[in-house]
Amino acid sequence: MVLIYSDDKKLTFELLNIGGKIAKELGEKPIALIVGKSNDTLAQEYISYGADSVYIVETELDTFKAEEYSSLLEQVVKDTKSETVVIGSNKNGKELASRLAGRLDAGCIIDCTNIYLKDKKLTSERVVYSGNAIAVEQFISEPAIVTIPSKAFDPLPKDDKRKGETIKKKFDVEKSSSKILKVQEMKSEDVNVEDAEIIVSCGRGFKNKEDIKLVEDLANAIKGKTVGCSRPIAADLKWLSEDHWIGLSGHKVKPKLYIAAGISGQIQHIAGMRDSGIIVAINKDPEALIFKSADYGIVGDLYDILPKLTSAVKEKIG
Amino acid sequence: MNIIVCAKQVVDVSEMKVDPNTKKPILQGVPQKISDIDKNAMEEAIKIKDKLGGKIIVVTIGPADAKERIKELLAMGADEGVLVSLPKNNDYYVVANLLAGAIKKIGEYDIILCGEASIDMFSGQIGPRLAGLLGIPQITYAQKITAEKDKVNADRNMGDKAVTTESTYPVLITVTKEINEPRLPSLMQILGAANKPINEWTDDSLVGGLNPKVEILELKGISMQRKNIVYKDDLDESISKLVDSLAKEGVLR
Repeated sequence: MVLIYSDDKKLTFELLNIGGKIAKELGEKPIALIVGKSNDTLAQEYISYGADSVYIVETELDTFKAEEYSSLLEQVVKDTKSETVVIGSNKNGKELASRLAGRLDAGCIIDCTNIYLKDKKLTSERVVYSGNAIAVEQFISEPAIVTIPSKAFDPLPKDDKRKGETIKKKFDVEKSSSKILKVQEMKSEDVNVEDAEIIVSCGRGFKNKEDIKLVEDLANAIKGKTVGCSRPIAADLKWLSEDHWIGLSGHKVKPKLYIAAGISGQIQHIAGMRDSGIIVAINKDPEALIFKSADYGIVGDLYDILPKLTSAVKEKIG
Repeated sequence: MNIIVCAKQVVDVSEMKVDPNTKKPILQGVPQKISDIDKNAMEEAIKIKDKLGGKIIVVTIGPADAKERIKELLAMGADEGVLVSLPKNNDYYVVANLLAGAIKKIGEYDIILCGEASIDMFSGQIGPRLAGLLGIPQITYAQKITAEKDKVNADRNMGDKAVTTESTYPVLITVTKEINEPRLPSLMQILGAANKPINEWTDDSLVGGLNPKVEILELKGISMQRKNIVYKDDLDESISKLVDSLAKEGVLR
């Protein structure tokens, strides 16, 4: 069987598409997994998006701990005789898949951008060396565990007529001695850079938090309205929330237009935006790496360029 | 407090070149270094030792020349190094099992520290995988660690949530880059590191019969074809050319 799990509903829909495809080629069935409270509505949704059946593992666990979830998943993998496990690649999913692989002595590949069968064996592709190469890897053992990030695949169209079985199970959990003391929602500014069509990003070249207004103004002028940033702005200086962070450990984006102002172009940042349509770089250092990854660039002081560019864009669009 | 730091020798990705014809990365001749975030793990180990006392052992699975890299960590403040040979055929399963084998041979430990991911592959698989193998709690993506005599807690960045987790010992903790600024060792420390022991163990003497679960078929290049048009004229002229180009590309609405 192909077992599919993520705590993110939307991501699970996407995984059901590729998981279902792999299952079909293997002559297997895609099974979606729900951990937590029994939820028949969600189970039916998963079936509408391609699950053959849904496994609901009812637990009293109220917070996610990879130790406990991996103990549950280990039992589900054995119970369903799953040879392939597809897990959503968010932070919870990655540590869950890795720990599960340790417990099952299984092969595991994190952040696959594509999976397919080659010579009847599960084969994966993922971006390595900070975006400089794609590693093509093949599983030579079972079970095979992969994690897949959001947006790598589209979901199938929803089909409410699809029917499937819902199986409810209970397993004993190996309790972890770790304790969750506090969970706090991160400050979110309701931005979604991953869906944005136009992004204007800022980096180290900005001297003050207030100056970020310069990129906001430009973003508004192009009607993009989406502001992104590189690691220092979100992670070190915390001038913007992490929803804005574009890069290897932030968000991966593919807008039609990406404007990078005051960003030097470290490969970790490039890895997050290299799939963009048109890339524009603004930097005062003519040698800045960002120009090598850009279609258009202007060498100069962003404090001079951005206000002028904003007015010029306004004039052009009207 | 017995602290183990897992560190990986990686190619310095910022020095990596891409073959212009095949678009494949050229790995030969690229300088090697300790993966950046593993140094953050090392720095955190020193802070914990400064507070609670104890011993820090660095474990690396890697080729013979990784010994030079281990010396850098000894200079930073580790007490001992362990270098386990890396078999030619390897994957995460093999490396995690070798780390587990080395750690069992070392014997007693309270905290295992790892970077959240290595900068070459950026999987973040080894830490949680190792914790699963050893059957100990894991605390991932730590941005702040407060270690006490009998327990430790950490603030973790889980993307949309900030989570604080506490655990007794032993525990495995992975840290992010933001947790600290790794120190640069002084000349005296660098010289002093020469007298610290590095134990070299062979992989098959630690764990026999390890065969990878995954094999790498190919490293494909990524073509990054960009126009690379840079306007360097008078600022106003450059801006006007840029806006015209963007309009022609159809990205201004």
